[in-house]
Amino acid sequence: MVQHCQTRFDTAFAALSDATRRGVLEQLGRGDASITELAHRFHMTLTGMKKHVGVLERAGLVETEKVGRVRKCKLGGRRLEEEAAWIERYRRLWAARFDALDEVVEELKRKEKADGRRKRK
Amino acid sequence: MAAGSESEPVKNRTTAERTSDREMTVTRTFDGPARLVYEAWTTPELLLRWWAPKSYGISFISCEADVRTGGSYRFVFGHAGSEQPMAFFGKYLDVVPGARLVWTNDEGGEGGAVTTVTFEERGDQTVVVMRDLYPSKEALDADIESGSAGGISGNFEQLDTLLAELCGG
Repeated sequence: MVQHCQTRFDTAFAALSDATRRGVLEQLGRGDASITELAHRFHMTLTGMKKHVGVLERAGLVETEKVGRVRKCKLGGRRLEEEAAWIERYRRLWAARFDALDEVVEELKRKEKADGRRKRK
Repeated sequence: MAAGSESEPVKNRTTAERTSDREMTVTRTFDGPARLVYEAWTTPELLLRWWAPKSYGISFISCEADVRTGGSYRFVFGHAGSEQPMAFFGKYLDVVPGARLVWTNDEGGEGGAVTTVTFEERGDQTVVVMRDLYPSKEALDADIESGSAGGISGNFEQLDTLLAELCGG
């Protein structure tokens, strides 16, 4: 786990070591953009921008999604928030079930106790 | 914590976490022996009383569970806001009475998880650990993206929101 985090940090720092990539992040902070739009803005070829976005994507700093023929880029991390929210909903569903299960178990315990007393008599 | 009135007994906490790319784990402790928790988990009449929480507005229509290795189950739920009932079904892959249950979740087709529940007695308590192992990272991600937690809450929460909007809420 620690090793996993370390690798992620390293990848993120390496991704941030480049001025263009920092610029791309700043740009995406203002709004989502396609790779073509980013290439334009930073006066780069499409292939060059694809490489930069690839590095940012692997570091989890940017997420891309293909919409039709366009690859849209947005800041990363939003997915993690969605995942955390989903896990919390999942936890709450099971917590609700288990709180109801508590009552069933209590009842079975009481029943077992009563049956035990009856048998001893 | 402010939640709940003071006279209510304190509930044991349910934890949930994504334990790997393709696995979700839920843990909960129960104040009772493993055989009773297991009994509540494997007897249809008892399952009916806890699997569909009232607070979610869902109710059982039917509950069949042939709890033995190779046996199958089928739970059908209804919801006040939906005409179509929802069915959850699958097979029990492994059954060790009082200790372990493994079943498939087949309602979603091939991307369904395999659920393993273990019941471990510690003193007067039983620790229940439930693991949903998906066939791939993509399958778990897809469930997360669909927003439906446990096949239930997402759908119904969305439906509730929709109903509230339609009713001018």
